Amino acid sequence: MEYVIEMLNIRKEFGTFVANDNITLQLQKGEIHALLGENGAGKSTLMNVLFGLYQPEGGEIRVRGQKVDIANPNVANDLGIGMVHQHFMLVENFSVTENIILGSEPTKYGITNKKDAAKKVQALSEQYGLNVDPYAIIEDISVGMQQRVEILKTLYRGAEILIFDEPTASLTPQEITELIQIMKRLIAEGKSIILITHKLKEIMDVSDRVTVIRKGQGIGTVITSETNPNDLASLMVGRQVEFTTVKGQAFPGEEILDIKNLVVQDYRGVEKVKSLNLNVRKGEIVGIAGIDGNGQSELIEAITGLRKVKSGTIFINGKDVTNMKPRKVTESGVGHIPQDRHKHGLVLDFPIGHNISLQTYYTKPISKSGIIDYNKINDKALQIIKDFDVRTQGPGELARSLSGGNQQKAIIGREVDRDPDLLIAALPTRGLDVGAIEFIHSRLIEQRDNGKAVLLISFELDEVMNVSDRIAVIHDGEIVDIVTPESTSEQELGLLMAGHTGHKESQDLTKKGEDQHVE
Amino acid sequence: MSNRMTNLLVPIVSVILGLLVGAVIMLVSGYNPLEGYAALWNGIFGDMYTIGETIRQITPYLLAGLAVAFAFRSGLFNIGVEGQLIVGWFAAAYVGVAVELPKIIHLPLAIIAAAVAGALWGFVPGLLKAKFHVHEVIITIMMNYIALHVTNALIRTVSDGGDRTENIFASASLRSEFLENLTEFSRLHLGIVLALVMVGVMWFILEKTTLGFELKAVGFNKNASQYAGMNVNKNIILAMVISGAFAGMAGAMEALGTFEYVSSKGGFTGIGFDGIAVALLGMNTPLGVIFGATLFGSLKYGALNMPNAAGIPIEIVEIVIAVIIFFVASGYIIRLLLLRASAKKKEAK
Repeated sequence: MEYVIEMLNIRKEFGTFVANDNITLQLQKGEIHALLGENGAGKSTLMNVLFGLYQPEGGEIRVRGQKVDIANPNVANDLGIGMVHQHFMLVENFSVTENIILGSEPTKYGITNKKDAAKKVQALSEQYGLNVDPYAIIEDISVGMQQRVEILKTLYRGAEILIFDEPTASLTPQEITELIQIMKRLIAEGKSIILITHKLKEIMDVSDRVTVIRKGQGIGTVITSETNPNDLASLMVGRQVEFTTVKGQAFPGEEILDIKNLVVQDYRGVEKVKSLNLNVRKGEIVGIAGIDGNGQSELIEAITGLRKVKSGTIFINGKDVTNMKPRKVTESGVGHIPQDRHKHGLVLDFPIGHNISLQTYYTKPISKSGIIDYNKINDKALQIIKDFDVRTQGPGELARSLSGGNQQKAIIGREVDRDPDLLIAALPTRGLDVGAIEFIHSRLIEQRDNGKAVLLISFELDEVMNVSDRIAVIHDGEIVDIVTPESTSEQELGLLMAGHTGHKESQDLTKKGEDQHVE
Repeated sequence: MSNRMTNLLVPIVSVILGLLVGAVIMLVSGYNPLEGYAALWNGIFGDMYTIGETIRQITPYLLAGLAVAFAFRSGLFNIGVEGQLIVGWFAAAYVGVAVELPKIIHLPLAIIAAAVAGALWGFVPGLLKAKFHVHEVIITIMMNYIALHVTNALIRTVSDGGDRTENIFASASLRSEFLENLTEFSRLHLGIVLALVMVGVMWFILEKTTLGFELKAVGFNKNASQYAGMNVNKNIILAMVISGAFAGMAGAMEALGTFEYVSSKGGFTGIGFDGIAVALLGMNTPLGVIFGATLFGSLKYGALNMPNAAGIPIEIVEIVIAVIIFFVASGYIIRLLLLRASAKKKEAK
């Protein structure tokens, strides 16, 4: 078999820390090769070695049988290696074509020749079925489209080997399906793909072979058709992993959160939440299922006081908290795991210990008459780090240098430790690996079993189905239906999320196709 | 190379490189660098008098540096320290000449007047930033011009058309006989004590209080601070007010210590702007500000001796001083070069 890329016994050290230890990855021509590992297992490091961003301390890289020295990303480009980054590297107010030619602008008589470039982009887009408008401005197109621009960027530069770094992390289920089609098309056109991910479902769906790494060690390579998600998870984590979250029956009590006729506008004055009604009771988890952008963010921001309510009321524990300041809402017994942990959840340049006391720094016993006792902050941090298994060097380490999963564990520890009556968890497992997801789900259920109310917002149907006791489906700012996981299916939820109430399923399916086209 | 070694080496190598390039500039301009640097050295440490004057020069730099650093730590760029210093200078001098009170009341009152004036000058941009999202850099630059010309007009008014006020009453002065005797009658005054106390105050606010916790959090991430229930607007305004108060006190140093009066100015003092460099050299930490202010104050004052003692024109002197500061500020580049050198050595082994 012909290998286009061979990374043999790669070793990469950072000081005394070994990020990659003896890892081997061999990419065959025309295959989708998944690279699987937990957060912090060393996947990104390995790919950065391949892309020339890091120099390995040991091992060798061969491209099409030739031993190569990839000193920097330009060398990687010349070798036909392209990377589709998880966080897109696009200039927001430039057009698609401008972004694609950025750094290697074609010129005609010394003037940038955008027209020919746009034609080339158009041609590539058609060849691979990407459906990208070369003249669209980046900030006007969806996240899925932006990702296709990233793909085009690598194709435009002549990439034969594409590395996808966590490509589905920010995509909707619909976009994921489309991305998978695109990847298959790329293979059909003779490209080879390395797919970095920790989502087992995707690996099973698209990949041909899987290389697993754990804690910097190469565990081995398996053929996808000869394995199953359970085995893969065990290989990745190093122990048996529970998939369907184990949870007992719910015993809901009185209402904790009661929302009536809530109307919320976004910053442009567009109504995103339209006369929404919802309640969450003690001892239950209510999951909000919906496609991104249907008013979920505005709803949470309204409950937590981060956004003004236009009309309607929000009661927590029978107390009217409508339009109260965030601190008052927090003090009324609300914990909030925010959607964007980097933007809202953490002060990344603060030590993780400070972050753990981010809402309690002014209260006794941490603080007395305006003076903070940092020993108390430290003690609290140590306790949370221990109880929630936050892997860190200590409370003094900057939040920025923790891995995503550990950042999230710290946030959850902080919120749960305040013992709130209502816990709002927005996309609590976004971008996390199975081990961390399992941990977080069990913590949410534990809150429920302790008689707390939990409101879960998620874009992942699996998560909503597994964790919730009731599922409220949100579409266009309204709760269109409330169902129980036992009485529904992913298919039904999907239709509800797309705005199809009632049971005219066959008709709806054709309509769904049309909707897709309109976008 | 260990981290500590690098941390120690970086400033030393930076200063040496700065001195070397400064020497080259003097050489090609036809002056003797050895004489030049000897004059600089004597201008800073020559005798007790120059040492006293050097410390006097450092004093306002300390407070101006604190003002800039405090705002930076709260995520704000207070380029208006200059204007806040000017109004502080005027306010202190005005209180100093307008009334005569027992020293125990008069001196603190004059200092407080300066701090309040500076705080007020910081409050306006803080308020505009918090309420209307007007960038503080624009407002503070404009506030500098307003400060300059308003104080000039006020000085004319209070001095009946003159261009300087009377000397302040002795009861408002920071001068001390003890310090004067110790330093052969330099103008060294008690302000240095106040400035060092303020370094401690800034450290205390930032590292010990809930206010400091909030200010730093807001400085790093406004969204997360709001999420955590902090009042972001209040913190922006407070940060500018406290920063302005430090700057106002820097003005009080000139009004009550160095000059004991205020005169109308043709242009800015420059201390407020140098305060930006002082703060950045000190990485916006209280201790770092002491280092930055000492470097700036010593070089600025010592340089005055170079034209006299070594016959080097003031223009060349200013270039040399600027080059030295430039190299110290480029510590990052030096660090990089050191790391690379040590990496090479490792490879050779």
